[in-house]
Amino acid sequence: MLYLSELIGLPVYDSSGKKIGKVSELAAIPAVPRPRVVFFLVRSAGDQQKRPVSLAVALKDVNSLSSSAIRLEVSQEKLSVFQPDEGLLLLRKDLLDQQIIDVNGRKVVRVNDLALEDRTVDHRMELWISSVDIGLTGALRRLFIGAVPRYWLRKLESQIKPTSIPWEFVNILEPDPRRQLKLNISHKVLANLHPADLADIMEELAPKERHAVFTTLDDETVAEVLSEIEPRLRPAILDSMGLARAADVVEEMDPDAAADLLADLPEETATELLQDMNREEAAELGELLEFAENCAGGLMNTDYVAVPASANVDSARQLISSMPELPENFTTIFLVDAGGKLAGAVPVGKLIVASGKTSLLDLRSDPILWVSSDSPEKDVVEMFDKYNLLSLPVVEDDHQLAGSITVDDIITLLCRKS
Amino acid sequence: MSLIKRWKVRIFILMAVVGPGFITGNVNNDAGGIYTYSLAGARYGYSMLWTLVPILIILIVVQEMSARLGVVTGKGLADLIREEFGFRTTFFIMLSLTAANLANVTAEFAGVASSLEIFGVSKYISVPLVAVFVWFLVVRGTYKSVEKIFLISCSFYITYIVSGILAKPDWLQAAESMVRPTISMDSGFLIMLVGLIGATVAPWQQFYLEAAVVEKGVDQKQYFGSRLDVIFGCVAMIVVAFFIIVSCAATLHVAGRRDITSAADAAAALQPLAGEYASWLFAFGLFNASVFAASILPLATAYTVCEGLGFEAGVNKKFREAPIFYWLYTLLIAVGAGLILIPGLPLVFVSYLSQVANGFLLPFVLLFLLSLVNRSDLMGKYRNSNGQNLVSGFTIVFLIVITLILFFLQSS
Repeated sequence: MLYLSELIGLPVYDSSGKKIGKVSELAAIPAVPRPRVVFFLVRSAGDQQKRPVSLAVALKDVNSLSSSAIRLEVSQEKLSVFQPDEGLLLLRKDLLDQQIIDVNGRKVVRVNDLALEDRTVDHRMELWISSVDIGLTGALRRLFIGAVPRYWLRKLESQIKPTSIPWEFVNILEPDPRRQLKLNISHKVLANLHPADLADIMEELAPKERHAVFTTLDDETVAEVLSEIEPRLRPAILDSMGLARAADVVEEMDPDAAADLLADLPEETATELLQDMNREEAAELGELLEFAENCAGGLMNTDYVAVPASANVDSARQLISSMPELPENFTTIFLVDAGGKLAGAVPVGKLIVASGKTSLLDLRSDPILWVSSDSPEKDVVEMFDKYNLLSLPVVEDDHQLAGSITVDDIITLLCRKS
Repeated sequence: MSLIKRWKVRIFILMAVVGPGFITGNVNNDAGGIYTYSLAGARYGYSMLWTLVPILIILIVVQEMSARLGVVTGKGLADLIREEFGFRTTFFIMLSLTAANLANVTAEFAGVASSLEIFGVSKYISVPLVAVFVWFLVVRGTYKSVEKIFLISCSFYITYIVSGILAKPDWLQAAESMVRPTISMDSGFLIMLVGLIGATVAPWQQFYLEAAVVEKGVDQKQYFGSRLDVIFGCVAMIVVAFFIIVSCAATLHVAGRRDITSAADAAAALQPLAGEYASWLFAFGLFNASVFAASILPLATAYTVCEGLGFEAGVNKKFREAPIFYWLYTLLIAVGAGLILIPGLPLVFVSYLSQVANGFLLPFVLLFLLSLVNRSDLMGKYRNSNGQNLVSGFTIVFLIVITLILFFLQSS
């Protein structure tokens, strides 16, 4: 096992034994699953005639690598000056001391050192990144290297339990989306994390890095993360996406979360977004936005399941199974009469055990509970507490069913207040 | 109609970003600050007032750079130093910052001790109690709600403004000092000058301000508001300093009491307003300022150090998740408070040490700040202009010179 911090600064000698300079950087091809080092960049010692330059030493030209020197098989004249290439990962510049996402630990961490694995294939040395050191061992090595004999340092390190992340769980952050593409960085694994965990990670990143990550994620994942992320960050995130993408993302969000988000935006931006959205979704959102934020109407979601009160269990089941997507936290079916007025609520559990011919009206909970859309939040919370509710229908003045409030909305509300 | 609306949006944005700069300014008027301003007024009367003008300019220039760096990069100063200058540099900066801040924390507990001694509470009771209170306040996560109480209590400084006016100071002489600077090569005067600068521009401020701006999520479009916040905070701080000096000049200096040896001496400046209750009022203000700063300093230090060195940090994490953060935080409070309890410890020496530590660290922090804020890959169009570089470059040279003067004066 080799460490990047130990390789940086090693003297390099060519085939004639002449010292060329010192290792200043390692360049790797961002291969999957692990990047492979292709060049040592050697900073040549400049003199009066020549200015110092970075020479590229291909790994195949290395004869031997020890803890004190690198010896080459070629002479200095054969080496060419390093041409910067955005598609190459520069280990010192791009990784050392930078932040990465530890996918397994679900957090953002800082790189103290890189562990490299060396293999000999056909008498040629190959060097692969194996893990990222984020713990005390890496910190000590960085602090004392060059100041304390290597032997002591290794001995000291062996006393401490290392904290490192295998490369498979490392997600690099590159703030420039164009270079991100060239480096082949995909954040696909991040989409598998729970949106709440991903939101926590995003909160820790700087805006540019956050933006770069969002550009690689699909609209649905971004929508879920946006619903979970700290509200104060939302306007800036949407802004950085551009109008068209932002509209796509907001469409994917739950209507109540989308309405909360739009309410936080400057009115001009919110209107532009609504205009850019699918007409149906925009109309729905527009209605939600009419309600004051701190009343039942502002809390409610328009994504709910309502069936005619005259239906029986079989037809209700059929209707539900034909729906393309069920609302989140789906626990209750609302009953409405022919005029769209609320006629009751049936818990989904009852639907499972009831026989197919039972009329839904016989299954409905008693009493019929509801709030009007202009009831204050406090009253809504009290009702959830008093009746131990999972969801509660919201009605307009004429008793028309307008939406539903679910218990997760209440928990979010209470947490924000405390 | 739309005009009103636009103004509403403006004011809303302002309200949203007014904060970090203002809080930083207020925390800075801590025990050491009040003591230094009082002494400046008592000893030199109105003659040092003019120094507040260059100090204000330095303060605004430096803090504006910190805030701008935070807004544009979205990263803390410790993060940026780590990313751009590597581990070893960061480690030594963090080590000195911890040392300097430990001295500052000690000075805050000295403020707690002397303010409560006015009420007859022994420091052996007050200091441990406050230390435990501060520790729990932050660890239990109740700090945010208490911060408002601290901020409201900071309106105590208004009493200095009222007292300063009631004392019928010689405004003509005060105004003359502002426009006609007098500098004396007397060593006492120079030390006082360094003390004033040390009390206003501190290294930890730059880390704290930038972190607070980032934490708040201010983006580039709101930078207008952030800049106003910084300027407002600096001006408010200097106005308070101005009136403390004026009221001490009009009361203590005029009465010939040229030295301040205890909190009771300094409290006399409030007599025009509060009469015999002056010492109580002063004790309350000093206590609030000390506890406010003692709550923020150890926490800010632990955050900054862990951020820079890559350890987990945050009061929302469990002790096991962020052990170094909690240990550092706890030790800063325990050692800071513990030092005060050593019998016969010269408190003045402690405050001198904290100033020297600050003074030596500050130029380095400013050099890093300046080099970062000039990087076009980080800052884009928000990088420093030549004019800004001139002013901040001059500031750094000035601070280095003045710190060296202080060092030689004290050691000779």
